[in-house]
Amino acid sequence: MGVISALGHDQESFWQALASGQSGIGPIPHDIGPVTEMGMNQVRFKNGAAVLGYSAETYFPRKTLNFMDRFAQFAVIAAREAVAQAGIEWTEELRENAAIITGSCMGGRFTEEIGYWELFHHGRHRVHPLTIPLGMSNAGVSHISMEFGLHGPAYTISTACSSSAHAIGNALWMVRSGAAPLAIAGGSEAPLFLGGLKAWEAMRVVSPDTCRPFSANRSGMILGEGAAMIVIEPLERALARGATPLAEIVGFGMSADACHVTQPSAEGAARAIRGALRDGGLVPEQVGYINAHGTATEANDRMEAAAIHAVFGSHAEALPVSSTKSMHGHTLGAAGAIEAVATLLALRNKVLPPTANFTELDPECELDVIPNEARAAEVEVALSQSFAFGGLNAVLAFRAWP
Amino acid sequence: MSETIQARVLRVIATTQRIPLEKVKPDSTFEELGIDSMDSINILFDLESEFDIEIKDEDAKKIQTIREMIDGVTYLVDSKQNPQPASE
Repeated sequence: MGVISALGHDQESFWQALASGQSGIGPIPHDIGPVTEMGMNQVRFKNGAAVLGYSAETYFPRKTLNFMDRFAQFAVIAAREAVAQAGIEWTEELRENAAIITGSCMGGRFTEEIGYWELFHHGRHRVHPLTIPLGMSNAGVSHISMEFGLHGPAYTISTACSSSAHAIGNALWMVRSGAAPLAIAGGSEAPLFLGGLKAWEAMRVVSPDTCRPFSANRSGMILGEGAAMIVIEPLERALARGATPLAEIVGFGMSADACHVTQPSAEGAARAIRGALRDGGLVPEQVGYINAHGTATEANDRMEAAAIHAVFGSHAEALPVSSTKSMHGHTLGAAGAIEAVATLLALRNKVLPPTANFTELDPECELDVIPNEARAAEVEVALSQSFAFGGLNAVLAFRAWP
Repeated sequence: MSETIQARVLRVIATTQRIPLEKVKPDSTFEELGIDSMDSINILFDLESEFDIEIKDEDAKKIQTIREMIDGVTYLVDSKQNPQPASE
């Protein structure tokens, strides 16, 4: 697995921060993009979870960078780490058939905005000729395929905040069915550009300070950027080549609320959770940790708590649930993948990451939210939950590898 | 300036919600007009444009009725026209 986020540029720094409850939330750098530099002072909120200390030139040759938006760069960086850790030896046959599935909500709009700024603001009559290839949401997966020379199935799923959970779930099913011998799956997002920030501001869901999931005095979500990728292969194949599995990915469930474009439904979320348990042949009591969607909006947190109680009944009282968005922010199309990596690391390290910035429990969210401090716990099965705008839900189930 | 603030607020609500103006009364509830939380955010956005005002997120969260929208807009328009000198 590989990850780049506000908590650092690799898996090691990511886990160090999660395990110590350290948040990566802070002022969004004014110079994160050329347009943001001009406009950050007109955005009502100031904080986000940005990837700091990032220099694209350390990862890519200059010439390649001309063809890559920030979100595509993050996708390739995370994929490199994942592939290196998995120790994949690329054979001709594997290159021919391995699948890559990525998720992204906004794609390369970071780049698009620069073009449109020239057009609308500076009154220029043309935009950059690479605006389309840089802006397309599948740019991340395309650059991963070129990076490793993979010629098999490769595509992108865009289901808002569930994008990369859907991507990982689809990859699981492809590998399980034998359609692909191996898959790289995850997601990436770079949403900290002026137009995007203004659009989130207009929804009145962004916190003026920080992200406090499940707290009574929560004040909304915090946007984040980054990427995460995992490598999925059949267990027998991994063991046969002498690899150490990080965990087993055992279940995937998805559902559509079919009721409202922004108001989530506990019933829809519960159906996705049940779907993941059924797909993995699991009973609710096997689940020992949930990495929640936990955006720190009232609508999500209360809905999610209700869904967990509906599925787990009395087991919900003894079931630790945390939202690591309190540390890496809400990375939209990358959220499912970044949180899947957080879940995998929790299983592997036998430590459950906390809900940071927590003050006092919202009485409408009666859950054990692992407030502020990580907890040592050996867990058999853990879930990672994603519930997107548009009412599209995706839940992944992982089993610890002994 | 023949149209009152109240009349303008009601007109904006009717237009945004795509409902007949006669149905929107100062004492109508959000429920009666089928206004949910996202609709309310849409209406506040259009009110900000109509009156050239800025409604803070904290205030926006508290608004539950049409009457509160009218009162809030009236307050913001007044403060814009008669800016208070900085205290102390």
